[in-house]
Formats: sequence, structure tokens, C-alpha cells
Amino acid sequence: MPNPTLDDPEVFKIHQELSGIDVDWFRDRQRAEWSRYLELPMPVRTNEKWRFANLKRIREMDRFEAVTGGAPDAADIVDKSKRFQNVSGRIILVDDSQVSPVYLEESLAGKGVIFTTLVDAIVKHPELVQKYFMQQSPELGSEKFEALHVALLRNGVFLYVPDDVEIKDPFVVYNWALKDKGTIFPHTLFITGRNSKANLIEFQECANEDSSHLVVANAHLYAEDGAKPSHTIVQNWNLNTLSFQLNTNNAQGNTEAKSTLINVGSAQARQEIHGKIFGSGSNVEMHALNVPNGSQEFDQRTLQTHIAPNSRSDLLFKNALMDKSRTIFSGLIIVEEDAQQTDAYQTNNNLMMSEDVEANSLPGLEIKANDVKCSHGATTGRIDESELFYFLARGIPRMKAQELMLFGYFEEIIVKLDNPELVSYARELVQMKFAG
Amino acid sequence: MSTTPDLNVERDVGDFHYDTTYEFDAGVGLNESTIDYICKVKGEGDWVKEFRMKALKIFQDKPVPTHWASDDLNSIDYDKIRYYLSKGQRPSRTWDEVPDDIKKTFERLGIPEKERAYLAGVEAQFDSEASYSNMKEDLSEQGVIFTGPTEALRDHPEIFRKWFGKVIPIGDNKFSALNSAVFSGGSFIYIPPGVKVKQPLQAYFRINAENFGQFERTLIIADEGAEVTYMEGCTAPKFETSTLHSAVVELVALKGAKIQYITVQNWSANVFNLVTKRGMAMDDAEIKWIDCNIGSRLTMKYPGVVMRGPGARGEVLSIALAHDGQHQDTGAKMIHAADNTTSNIISKSISIGEGRSTYRGVVNIPRNLKNCKNNTECDALLINSNSRTDTYPAITVRGNQSTVQHEASVSKVSAEQIFYMMQRGIPEDEAMSLAVNGFVNDLIREFPMEYSVELKRLIDLEMEGSVG
Repeated sequence: MPNPTLDDPEVFKIHQELSGIDVDWFRDRQRAEWSRYLELPMPVRTNEKWRFANLKRIREMDRFEAVTGGAPDAADIVDKSKRFQNVSGRIILVDDSQVSPVYLEESLAGKGVIFTTLVDAIVKHPELVQKYFMQQSPELGSEKFEALHVALLRNGVFLYVPDDVEIKDPFVVYNWALKDKGTIFPHTLFITGRNSKANLIEFQECANEDSSHLVVANAHLYAEDGAKPSHTIVQNWNLNTLSFQLNTNNAQGNTEAKSTLINVGSAQARQEIHGKIFGSGSNVEMHALNVPNGSQEFDQRTLQTHIAPNSRSDLLFKNALMDKSRTIFSGLIIVEEDAQQTDAYQTNNNLMMSEDVEANSLPGLEIKANDVKCSHGATTGRIDESELFYFLARGIPRMKAQELMLFGYFEEIIVKLDNPELVSYARELVQMKFAG
Repeated sequence: MSTTPDLNVERDVGDFHYDTTYEFDAGVGLNESTIDYICKVKGEGDWVKEFRMKALKIFQDKPVPTHWASDDLNSIDYDKIRYYLSKGQRPSRTWDEVPDDIKKTFERLGIPEKERAYLAGVEAQFDSEASYSNMKEDLSEQGVIFTGPTEALRDHPEIFRKWFGKVIPIGDNKFSALNSAVFSGGSFIYIPPGVKVKQPLQAYFRINAENFGQFERTLIIADEGAEVTYMEGCTAPKFETSTLHSAVVELVALKGAKIQYITVQNWSANVFNLVTKRGMAMDDAEIKWIDCNIGSRLTMKYPGVVMRGPGARGEVLSIALAHDGQHQDTGAKMIHAADNTTSNIISKSISIGEGRSTYRGVVNIPRNLKNCKNNTECDALLINSNSRTDTYPAITVRGNQSTVQHEASVSKVSAEQIFYMMQRGIPEDEAMSLAVNGFVNDLIREFPMEYSVELKRLIDLEMEGSVG
């Protein structure tokens, strides 16, 4: 019997029956979100938050089915999930199901680090999960999909780093999509205690090239006073996938929070990231490296909200567009009335590599305090012919020269990744994209 | 939080009004009979009436654009507005023939004096109709036409109809539809091929009556190789109730022509100023909007240039100054529609007290165009801790043959700069004025001298009492 499609009224019921999460507050929240999902309208282009977006694929969302089965047999996938050697922890999820035991470096558990699946955390650390779970929303247009995410989520990842614990090697999470036409809801909750430091890398992949998927992922980062978290998502879903990534980064005082998106896959990827600064003295960085080709569409909406005074935020989103791809970047810096001495920047650069690409840029500012330094910049252009000539004159073929220039263009973001294995993997991905 | 003290010293140079008796009054509210009335009074033909009726329907059907714009738009009560008011005057060619009460108004605003000093032609509109219209004789002899749309419809229908409503269609937005339904007054200018008008032509728009809506319509056509500078100024007295000004301005620059359109707006703080302005530039033509918005309660104005011919150039230079209770929602639209077209937007805004300034922009470069360039710079200056500014540009580029760059920055007047000036004995408020003038100085230099002096003076007056 086929799995039910998302518009089937029975979907939620089946999900609840099969879900292993038997906790009242969580069930109540899921019920409320299912009602909210049904009530909220589908997005329309006249809504500013969906300006320039291509809604065709999103309107056809019902072609996807809810995944209701148990954990698949996925030994080969587990093998493929060991790309990084030096890790502090590893979790592998296939279609939202745990397929291998959680790995956590022994010494870390002793320091109070919690790295486990969301289902496990709900049972073993109910107070912590309840304190942080879905306390923030990006508020950038995908509220309907966010509600669907909570209603149907089956598992996820929970990383908690206690106060004063600093961890060098990254925690890695693999989220795989396997079942054709399936729908998955990866969820990440990353909490760094006071003066702690940790690095979380998420890999998003499909087991097959030809399957199609709907992915509605959420990731929430909480940085307590003085914490230094870094969160990277390598989005590499296959080219038949419609993906949503709805993130919030919440910074208290004196934090250094960094989030990076490396976008390679998806037919259409909608990403909403809201960086909120609640405390003074923080520095929040948001970066994205986007290499769309074919007919891919990357639609990114961001907010940098400064609530407390004397903090800094810096956003750099770089696109290199090839073939017939299109991008939308809509970013807004909001400086609230009390957020004096804010220092905020936002940059979107578009490198146009083909005559059929389209880049839309909507960098915005809403400033309600006066003692601030805020600016944004957006550029759209092509590879400089005079720079290309420099390469050609030295015997470097045109294609190779373009590739080298593309590397140079992205290097500004790659060097910020702060992990040698990730740096070389990111370069590899860019090279693969460029080779088509 | 500090609020700026209300200083009504000299700031509102236009804040006075004389009681006037009107011969023609379309009454309050807008419906088909309002349009019948306007058409009858103006003796208009069938096609104009059809045009107005079609526009009325569109206006009634289109929602208020509050999904992106300010909710304050919802406070306009269209049923309480008077849409046509005139004394039945025909524009006179000498100030002596202008009715006394109207003449008194324009004399107090200094218009006849300015005409003598440096203008090539003047039109002065009082409520719905022009009261005075005069142009230097040598220009008439060269075939330059400077008149109102009513006269243009009657005397030059072949040129007027060809372009009227073509750059800004009736249904472009709710307010262009409103203007198209009830337009009255405004300017029609035609510059024949090769004629370069050295001195500026000026129109002055004055709202005198309470609860009144002014809906002038301007169409300027510069034929091949022609050049013209047009300036408009606007004022209204301060009334208890709000007033609506909703103009439509269409510019057509044919091959190699140049149009410079300068606005210095100083509406009183109760005016909703909702204006649609757009130019169409053909091959190698140039359209430059210089836009200065000081008064009004809410201004929504985004002058645009459609660059239809290769080599066309569009430019918007704008200054906005928003005081307490004011929202200057201004910007620019640059639509590239041919190869080798270039556009430039420079926008500077100053928010004082609880004033709010917004930049909203559109830059569009479609596929297959080669060597198009756009440069946009927006700078916002915030004077008080409760001032506000926003920037919302939207840039769409298709293909890999064009270059676009956009930059925006927000800052306050540097404390060091003020300290430096105060150390040399300059009082704080004067130092602040100097700093603000410095901020806009490079733009003001682009204005004709007479205007830049007036503008600097207006900025000084606006800055009074803003410190602290």
C-alpha cells in the first residue's frame, strides 16, 4: 500500500501512531502545529517574503508522500558517512531514522557534553529540550512549512555543550534521504553553554541520484554568554529535491557565533536564516557559498536583528551562477531602538557565468537607532575579461582560468571554515560543480 | 527619548492661505458624477471621458498597497476629499490679469520675482487649474510649447494623445489610476527637434483649500536632440485635516534628447504626497530626475527611467529630509531595455526627531542585453536617537553581460566633527546644520544655483532645534 500524501487528513494520525515519541508536551506541540499547518495559506508571490520566488514546485508539494516506515537497512549509507576522520561525534539518520549507534568521543560525555538523537534527548533530557525546542522562528515566510516540520518530525539531532567546555574537532551529522517521493524533516538543536566552544557540521545527501524528495529542515543554534559555536550545513540533496532550511541563530552577550551554508544540491532550495543578537558584545557571522547550475534555484532570505546594544554582525552570501540557474537573496538588517553602537554589514555578490542566469538581490536595512554603523552592498557582474586575459597570456586555458578565478572568488568564505577537512571538501564540491 | 521641539518660526514658508470663493466645485467624494462634472466644466471630448471613467473603475478595484507600503495610507478618506476646485480662471500671460487673491499667494511665495530673475517660462497652478502661464517669446517662436493638459488637448491633440498615458498606463498603480480619473492642471511641454532651452521652465503647484486633492498631470516631450530643464515647486498651508496630492508625470526623451526634471517639494506636514513619475529614454537620450523631498506627512515617490533605446542614460539624484511625524518613502526605478544603457542612483536621506526615511528601489536588467551598467548609492543620516531609516532595494539581473553595484550605509553625524566645530566657537545646532549640509553637499551642487541656496536654507531651518 502506498504511503499517504501530505494532504491526506490521516497523515498526522499515522505519524503519531508510529512515532516513538510518547511525551505529552511534545505530542501537544505537534498537534497544535498540525492545526497551524492546515490553517496557514500557501505562499503567494504578492507576499513580499516570496517576491521573485518560483512557487510552481512548492504548489505541487502533494506529489510527495509522508515517510511512515521504520529504520531502513542502510549499511552502505553508513559506510559512506565516514568522510571526516577527526570528529568528536557522529550521528547518521536515513529518512529521519537512526541507522547506526551515535558516536561520541568518550572523554566528552564525562565533561557533560550531550550529543544524541532528538528522540533520545526528549526522553533523557526533557527539561533541556523543552527549554530550547522551537523557541524561535525565522519569521521569514515559511511559517506553514515550519508548522509541518514540527507536526511530522520523527527525529533529529541534539548537541549540548556545557559551560566552559571547549571542543576542537567537529560533531558531524549525516542526514540522508532514501525513499523515492519521500518527505523528511531533519531537526537540529545546538546549544552552547557559557564560554564554551564547539563546531557542528551537517551533511545533507540523497542515497540515489534519481529519487525525488521534499525536505523541510530546521536548525536552531543557541549561544549562551561568551560561547563560540560554529555551525555549517553542506546542502547536497539531489537535483530532484525541493528543500527548505529554516534556521535561527540566537546569540546572547559576548558570543562569537558563526553559521555557514554550502549550497550545491536541490532543484529548488529555500533557506531562511534569522540571526538574533540578544546580548551586548557579540559578533555574529553568517556566510553562504552557493554554486547553482542547470536549472537550480536558490532562494535565500535572511535577517540580522540587533536587539542589544554594542554588537556586530556580518553577512556574506556569494553566488556563482551557471547554466540557467537563478538565485534570490533577500536580506535585512534590523537595528532595534535600544541597539545603539551596532556595527552591521551585509554583502551579496553574484558572479554571472552564463547568459541565461538570473540573480535577484534585495539587501535591506531597517534602522531605528542612530548611533550605528550599518551598510550593505550588492554586486552583480561577470568574470573580468582583463583578468582572464592575464591567465590566457600565461598559457592557461580559458576553462582552467575561469575555474581558478571561481576558486579565488569563493576563497574568502572557504578560509573562514576553520576546519582543514571541511576546507578541502568544500573546494572539492566547487570543483565538481564547475566540471558540471 | 527626546522629541524635537516644534519650531514654526520660518520653516513653513508656504503656511498661509487666503479665503477664496470658487466658481466650480465638484463637491466632496468621488464617483461617476464627479467625472461628468469635471469633463463638463473643462469641455472635454468623449475619449477623455472614457479614459477617466476607465481609470475610476481601476482605482476603485485596486487595493491600497499596504502589503508593502505604510499602513498610514489607510487613513486617507477618499469620500471626504474635494476633487475639483477652480475659480474658472484661464491661465493669464501677465500677472496683472491673475485674480487678486491668487496673485497675492504667488507674490508672497516669490514666484513672479523668480520668473524675472532666471526662468524661461512659468506656470502657476492654484488648486485644480493654472492661473498663470507665460514663456519667453523667442521660445514660442522656436516652436516650444509650454501649457497645461487642458489646453494641450484642445490645441495640440496630435502630439498630446500620442504619448499621454503611454509611459505610465492608467492601471500602473492605485494612485496613477486616481490621477487619470480626475486629473486637472499640470504641464504639457514639447521641445521641437534640436531646440536646446538654456534657462529652466518652472511650474509651481499650490494647494489653497482644505480637504482638497490636487491631481496635476505633466507630460514633457523632448524631440530628437532637444534639451530642457523643468523645475517644479509645491506648497500647501497647514490645515487640521489631511490633503492629498497625487500627480502623474510622464517624460519622453526622443533620440539624443536630454530632460532634467527638478522637484523641490515642501508640502506642509498634513499632505499625502503619492506621486508616479517615469521617463522613457530613447537612443542615446538622457533623463535625469533631481528630487528633493522636505515636507509632507507621507511621500511615496519613486521616479523611474525606462531606457528603451541603446545608449540611453537614466539618473536619479534625491535628497529626503524627514522630520517628526513625516515619512519620506522615496527611491528610484531603473528599467534597462536596450544595450549599452547606464543608470545611476544617488539617494541621501536625513531623519530628524521621529522622522522616518525609506529608500525603495528597483533595478532591472533583462536577458540578452549587453553592457548595461547600474550604480546605486544610498546614504542615510540619523540625527536623533528615535529617528528611523529603511532601505529596500530590489535588483534583478539576467545574463552575464552587465554590471550592477549597490551600496547603502547608515550613520550618524560624527561626534568628533561636532566637537571640532564647537571648539572653534560654533554653537552645537549650527555645527549640526553644517555637518548635514556637508552630507548632502555633493548632491546639492548638481542643482541650479538658485535652488541650491534655497535648499541649504530649508535644511538649516529643518535642523533648528534638532539637537538634544
